[in-house]
Amino acid sequence: MSKTLFDKVWDTHVVRKIEGGPDVLFIDRHLIHEVTSPVAFLGLKSRGIRVLYPERTFATADHNTPTWNQHLPVADPLSANQLKALESNSNEYGISHWGLGHQKNGIVHVVGPEYGITQPGATIVCGDSHTSTHGAFGAIAFGIGTSEVEMVLSTQCIMQPKPQKMRISINGKLGKGVTPKDVALFIISKLTTSGATGYFVEYAGEVFENMTMEGRMTVCNLSIEMGARGGMIAPDETTINYVKDREFSPKGEAWDKALAYYKTLKTDPDAVFDKEYNYNASEIEPMITYGTNPGMGIGISKDIPDAEDVEGGVATYEKSLNYMGFHEGDSMIGKKVDYVFIGSCTNGRIEDFRAFASIVKGKKKADHVTAWLVPGSHIVEAQIKEEGLLDIFNEAGFVLRQPGCSACLAMNDDKIPAGKYAVSTSNRNFEGRQGPGSRTMLASPLVAAAAAVTGVVTDPRDLIEELV
Amino acid sequence: MAYDKFTVLRSTAVPLAIENVDTDQLIPARFLKATERVGFGDNLFRDWRYNPDNTPKKEFVLNNPMYSGKILVGGKNFGSGSSREHAAWAVYDYGFRCVVSSFFADIFKNNCLNIGVLPVQVSPEFADKIFRAIEADPKTEIEVNLPEQTISLLATGESERFDISAYKKDNMINGFDDIDYLQNIKGEIQEFAANLPL
Repeated sequence: MSKTLFDKVWDTHVVRKIEGGPDVLFIDRHLIHEVTSPVAFLGLKSRGIRVLYPERTFATADHNTPTWNQHLPVADPLSANQLKALESNSNEYGISHWGLGHQKNGIVHVVGPEYGITQPGATIVCGDSHTSTHGAFGAIAFGIGTSEVEMVLSTQCIMQPKPQKMRISINGKLGKGVTPKDVALFIISKLTTSGATGYFVEYAGEVFENMTMEGRMTVCNLSIEMGARGGMIAPDETTINYVKDREFSPKGEAWDKALAYYKTLKTDPDAVFDKEYNYNASEIEPMITYGTNPGMGIGISKDIPDAEDVEGGVATYEKSLNYMGFHEGDSMIGKKVDYVFIGSCTNGRIEDFRAFASIVKGKKKADHVTAWLVPGSHIVEAQIKEEGLLDIFNEAGFVLRQPGCSACLAMNDDKIPAGKYAVSTSNRNFEGRQGPGSRTMLASPLVAAAAAVTGVVTDPRDLIEELV
Repeated sequence: MAYDKFTVLRSTAVPLAIENVDTDQLIPARFLKATERVGFGDNLFRDWRYNPDNTPKKEFVLNNPMYSGKILVGGKNFGSGSSREHAAWAVYDYGFRCVVSSFFADIFKNNCLNIGVLPVQVSPEFADKIFRAIEADPKTEIEVNLPEQTISLLATGESERFDISAYKKDNMINGFDDIDYLQNIKGEIQEFAANLPL
C-alpha cells in the first residue's frame, strides 16, 4: 500500500495498537530541559522506577537560563533550583546533561540537530511544543506534556492516536527579502492558529527543496502555531550533508545502513493525504503579525484587516487589537518599535544572524531601540564571531548575548516591559508572552534588523535595495 | 500521577467566551519555575485575573462571585500554544474537573486526559447554547456523564454526545494512567527496541 513519509516513520515505531485507543509509539530520542522534566522525575521516584534507556535521553538547560554573565551563579533562586534539579536528576539516572556553562549547552532544538541527535526517520519528543523543529530532517518530532515525559523516561514509549495527514506544497521561487520565517507565517495566516489541529504536516515543493536545513527547521518549528502536532520534510542531499559526521550521527557501517534507510523516507507518488494545500511562492512577501496569535499575520505592506474579513469572533479580534493598541485599517509600516529580539528555536541559528547582519551592516541601531541578539547555542555564537558578524553588530551598536531561550518566553530576566512594542523573530505573540503586558510583532530576522536600525516597522526590501 | 476517578459530574459552570485561549494565559511562563506540582491553581489565568499590583481584576469571570463550579466552558481552540502540562495542572488545581469547548488544541487536550481533567468537545451550536444558558442564569447546572458520553443542560434536558477513546474513557473512570499500562508491556517494548531498523 502507498504510504506517506509520515506513515512510514510512524508505522515503523508502533509497538502495539490498542483497540479503541491510541498507538503505543516507540521514541528513538528524547530531549529534556529544566522546566517540564522535574515533576516527571518526581513521578519516577514516587513509583520507584528507573529510566529504561538513559542513553536515548539528552538534557540541556535553556528555558530558564540567563543570557548575560553565565559564569556567575544564577541569581533567581527558583531558576537556580530548577537548573540544579535537572542536573541532579540527570546524574542520578545516567542521562547526558549539558547544563549552563557546558560547551554543548544551548536551546534544545538548536543543539539537538547540531550534535546529530536529530536523525532522519527517527521519532523525537521533548516537553516543548517546538520539538516540531526536528521534522526538518524527516523525523517525526513533537511536543509532549510532563506525564508523557515520565512515560518516555520509564518505558521509552508514549501513547498517541495517529494524527491525520496534511500536505502543504509551495512551488516557485521566493522573492527578494522573503525568508523561511515569512513562508511559515504566510501559511499560518492562511490556515489560522487552529487550521492544522489534529494533523501532521508534510511540506513539499520547490520552496522547501531549495531551503537550507536552517530554513527547514524554522518552517517545521512553527508547525505547532497552526495547531499541527508537527511538520516534516523528506530528507534529501541537503539533509544528508548536514547530518553526516556529526557527533551522535551513525558512523562507518552504521552510516551506510542509515543512508540506505534515509533514502526510503519519502512519500510514495500515489499516497493519499487527508488534506492538501497548494500555494505559489510569488504570493508571499515579508510577513509581520499584528495581533495576539501567530495566525494574525499579514504581508508587511498590507493594512490590518477589518474584523469582518477575519475568521473567528469579532469580540476576540477586538480584544486582540486593543491589547496591541492597533486599529483595523492601520498600516504596519511606520509603527514604532521599542525592542528587537533575534533568537529562539525559531530563528536563533547562524543563517538568521547572517540575515540580520546583511541589513545592519554599515548602519546604526536606532537610539530608542533596545536590541537583544541571542544565539541558539555556543556553536552559533562561535560562528558569529568567526564569520566577522560580531564586528558588524558591534560597529552598528549591537551586543551579542549568550545562548538560551531568552525573551521568547521571558522566563529569565529578558522581559519586554508592559506596553512596549517588540519585533521578535521568535514564535509566539500571545498576550504577555515576552513579559507581562508586552506587545509582540513576529517577523523574520530581516524585518527585525530593518526595525532595529530604523526604529519603526520597515519593509526590509527597501533597505536591501539600498545595498544593491 | 494518580488522580480522582471521573464518572458523572453535576455542577454549575464558569463561562469564558474567548477564542484561542492560549497556554500563556492559562499559566504564564514566569510561574513555571516550580520543581513540584504545587500551587499552580493560584496562577491560573494570572494576568487576566490580577492587576500588576496583585489586586483582582473585577471584570474577569473568575473574580465574579456569580460564577462558580467544577466546569470551565471556553471558546473555540482552547489551550493552543505550549506543551506545558502546567496549564492543565492549573485548571485542575483551581478546582475544575472538566473543560468544555467547541475545539481543543491537541497537546492541551492530551495533557488534560493524562491528569484527570475531562475535555468535552461539543458542537459550536451546543457551546452557544451553554453560554446562553449560563448568561441567562449563572446557576445553570450541567451534567457531564462520562460512562454515557453525554453533556446535558439539566434545566431543559438538552443534551449532546461527546467523543472519547474507549481506552481513555476506561482510564478516567478508573483513575488509571498510561504509565500503569506501559509498565505492564515493558518486555514487549524491549523486544521491539532490539529489532528497530536503526
